[in-house]
Amino acid sequence: MNHQMRTALFLAGGLGFFCFYLWGLHGLPGFGHYPGPYGDIINALTVYQRHATDAVTAVNFDYRGFDTLGEEFILFTSVMGANLLLRKQKDDREEDPPLDRADGRIVPPTSDAIRVAGLALVVPIVVFGLYTVAHGQLTPGGGFQGGVILASMPLIIYLCGDYNAFDRVTSHLLSEIAEAVGAGGYAVTGVIAIFFGLPFLTNFIPLGQTGDVLSSGTIFVISVLTGIEVAAGLVVLMISFFAQALVYRKPGNENRRLP
Amino acid sequence: MNHLAGELFRMLPFIVAAWLFVVGLYGIVTSRHLVHLIMCLVVVQSSTYLLLLGVGYKFGAAAPIFVDIPVGTPAVDPVTHALMLTDIVVEATVMALLLALAIQAEERAGSVDPEQLRIMRG
Repeated sequence: MNHQMRTALFLAGGLGFFCFYLWGLHGLPGFGHYPGPYGDIINALTVYQRHATDAVTAVNFDYRGFDTLGEEFILFTSVMGANLLLRKQKDDREEDPPLDRADGRIVPPTSDAIRVAGLALVVPIVVFGLYTVAHGQLTPGGGFQGGVILASMPLIIYLCGDYNAFDRVTSHLLSEIAEAVGAGGYAVTGVIAIFFGLPFLTNFIPLGQTGDVLSSGTIFVISVLTGIEVAAGLVVLMISFFAQALVYRKPGNENRRLP
Repeated sequence: MNHLAGELFRMLPFIVAAWLFVVGLYGIVTSRHLVHLIMCLVVVQSSTYLLLLGVGYKFGAAAPIFVDIPVGTPAVDPVTHALMLTDIVVEATVMALLLALAIQAEERAGSVDPEQLRIMRG
């Protein structure tokens, strides 16, 4: 099928979709008039049932915990897939020292301003990331958001240093272990509930005082485990992509031209 | 006329979501570069964010965080927010997987143009 035919087919299909979609919208409750009971019920019950003041985190890690477990394994699998695709191939050799060999890309030296600002940001980023992970059940935050903030720390190090500095603060093995512990720990938390005679992923830890950091039972535990997994998973991705771009070389392809 | 404008505003987030979906799909269909194609997929996926937030929104309602507002204050639906926030993180990693596939396609087949990648080789 050539280009024009494909575009024509798409335009016909897209137009049809749009018409049916508009037809389907007709009669739906409009924007701003939320009809469903679930959100209101959860908003009314979260604080009493789970001692968590952030209803979003409570939904993620408790009411909808089983779905989030599945989503976390999507994350785990795609990180592993990217890691597998970018691994060192049989005929690759390692560049020493690591070097960006892409043609026509001139890397300017890092300015002192970026160096100073970046280094000054490292500690606040780690503290803020840990805070966001730990306070997920109280205020906006949780494992997913905090994990991403934590994972930006090595990137800042790369930004204000170089690949060697990044290599020194990260460890492929430790990141993979942490990722596995995060993903597996979530599932294990669910299984422990079964040993207490409760359904999978039931909140079995005492709920504590509403407003405390160590409150809301398994929501806190799962949030921290998710934070570990997300942070470690993103670090594994960074390590794989950096290694692919800077370290591994195909023989006879010394100046691989990027498209 | 006024009625139509009101109807349009009532459905605006859903219409914009459909627009993002179709525009991203158009980019995928006509793409000549794998990285461009992956970015278009991100546009397609971002339509779901708008759809979910549009479904869960309530006029005059607060965020569903009951720290400084008493329980019982009207708040937007936390379920759609929860769906969306896991989606964002998962999408980022799935995008990394697709970009890794693009790198491998470039290394194996020497091209990142989907038109050139038509012939499969064992």
